[in-house]
Amino acid sequence: MLRFLIRRALGALVIIVLLIALTYFAFFSLPTDPARLACSKGCTPELLAQIRTNMHLNLPIYQQFWNYFSGLFVGQDFGTAGHCAAPCFGYSYNTQSFVWDRIVANYPATFVLAIGGAAIFLTVGVGLGMIAAWKQGKLADKAATAIGLVGQSTQIYFLGPLAMALFVVNLHWLPQPAYIPWTQDPWGCFTGMILPWTVMSVIFWSNYSRQVRSLMLEQLSEDHIRAARAKGMSNTYVWWRYALRGAMAPIITIFGLDLGAVFSGAIITEVTFGVHGLGYLAVIAVNQADLYLELGVLIFSSVSILLFNIIVDAAYGLLDPRVRIG
Amino acid sequence: MSTLTKSESIPAPEAGHAFLSVRDLQVRFRTEDGIVKAVNNLSFDLEQGKTLGIVGESGSGKSVSNLAVMGLHNPKNTTIEGSITLDGQDLLKASQKDLEKLRGNKMSMIFQDALAALSPYYTIGRQIAEPFMKHTGASKKEGRDRAIEMLRRVGIPQPQTRVDDFPHQFSGGMRQRAMIAMALVCDPQMLIADEPTTALDVTVQAQIIDLLKDLQQESGTSIIFITHDLGVIREIADDVLVMYAGRAVERGTMREVLKSSQHPYGWGLLSSIPRINASVDVPLMPIPGTPPSLLNPPSGCAFHPRCTYRELVVGDKCVTERPPLELANGHLSACHLTPAQKQSILTEQILPRLSS
Repeated sequence: MLRFLIRRALGALVIIVLLIALTYFAFFSLPTDPARLACSKGCTPELLAQIRTNMHLNLPIYQQFWNYFSGLFVGQDFGTAGHCAAPCFGYSYNTQSFVWDRIVANYPATFVLAIGGAAIFLTVGVGLGMIAAWKQGKLADKAATAIGLVGQSTQIYFLGPLAMALFVVNLHWLPQPAYIPWTQDPWGCFTGMILPWTVMSVIFWSNYSRQVRSLMLEQLSEDHIRAARAKGMSNTYVWWRYALRGAMAPIITIFGLDLGAVFSGAIITEVTFGVHGLGYLAVIAVNQADLYLELGVLIFSSVSILLFNIIVDAAYGLLDPRVRIG
Repeated sequence: MSTLTKSESIPAPEAGHAFLSVRDLQVRFRTEDGIVKAVNNLSFDLEQGKTLGIVGESGSGKSVSNLAVMGLHNPKNTTIEGSITLDGQDLLKASQKDLEKLRGNKMSMIFQDALAALSPYYTIGRQIAEPFMKHTGASKKEGRDRAIEMLRRVGIPQPQTRVDDFPHQFSGGMRQRAMIAMALVCDPQMLIADEPTTALDVTVQAQIIDLLKDLQQESGTSIIFITHDLGVIREIADDVLVMYAGRAVERGTMREVLKSSQHPYGWGLLSSIPRINASVDVPLMPIPGTPPSLLNPPSGCAFHPRCTYRELVVGDKCVTERPPLELANGHLSACHLTPAQKQSILTEQILPRLSS
């Protein structure tokens, strides 16, 4: 297990380094001048030159890259803009701040959104799938499948404003969605996030309900289910202990991959509800061509996805005794 | 001695004294293509401590009838008629709860493919202990001790450590032993063995059969042994029931059915056994044709499309009329040939071929 984790971590590191290099050169080979973009209103040639020096734009590109890359580990100086401590993801000129600080400031919102949303889509999706499998061919089965399908076909930017109009504006049941740190005000955090959580989870439902339904039906037709019943185990026992146990490993796999996706920032949800998380930051970065910020968010998201991939593989080894990891 | 052979010309012997008695069993499946008549008018008895061998091709209703005994069919698409009486209790009228109490306790079943029949996610020990804990109310510790004891009884070396292994860590023969241990953990009075040796190689097959015979002698369990291997039947069965297209076509003691079969299908089965002492250029004699569809079984005798002795029957009785299961030359068989014809075919054609 340890060997597996080390090997996978090393592999992930290689991918991250390649990713940083590729995106760095891709971004900085664009025909835009980062200095000019960073130099907003009232830009003078002196100021522009100053920014150029601060951003090391006068150096050859490979040296710039080296500065950036080594900065991730040892920090980097940005001239008059100051010293950026490790891990340094560069300097965001638009907001006159270091990228790392901005990511750190926005990540809790993404984290809370991801945890709550994932909890909801896992419960609802698996629940719908279990109902559908239990009542196979009956009305409940069709209803559960239909709910999942409608959910998958809806768009967050459609459902989100609708839900807000209903629950916030008309019914006044909920405050305007926003991320309030749960350490400050747990209840406020909950009421502020309940709409984003729910709406984000809707698109995931059908994937889980369909998977759970077919996995459960597949499991229930297995010989070992019949053998367990032949031992005198009750139907409910067989259902929960044998069939669900067999259906679990693939579900956990999908769940892990989805977690990687939501933890790397749910762009549409965050923008729709004005939750200032990583996805929101990514949109700002792209809009303002804030290259370092874009790069930082991208690296952060990739690490999150890679991390969850490793967790999924490790979990598979724990969930299925036949899988040997090493 | 078994009642089913000694009863005088009554196809269905009197119920009452047999441990398991099945009468006029019918099993029907509703499918998209129509109704499958999987088992028809099947009657048999099993006495305490005896072994009944059920022989037949795939789809002849061997497994289906025994799954009906265990109550393991899906009630949504299956209709079962007739009566199944286990030790005086009518199983077809029993509630799901009562059946759960009987399964794994008084009656249990072992399956053909032990790898598929054991859950890959739980240890062997847990799966053996589970029914014991459920039926006797034993604790986890007692269940584990019992599992170790059972593994030892079925001949698994180092049961104390093997008890914590998963099924995939066992070899094929060991898995089959573990499944037998699982079925016998509550000392059932009846064991249904559904082709338990089919997936195993011959040496392991012999070991498993010896094991079952030993266990039967120890605890007096009645066994229903389902197989299509007549060699295995010779080893283990007291009585034999031959099934074709969901019906019993021959029933008698093992010796009678194997030595003096009275049915063309039985002759076919006997002729198709390869013999190690036959000369190499003697071809095997397969039964021509394929098993019939039970959605739409042939009229009259279901075996008539494949029967080589059809012309010997006067008229088209084989096509129009289903032969009853009746006494002919010592045991029950369902064929329109006269007893004299059967005897002469047996002695003049079949037996010489078997000993050539």
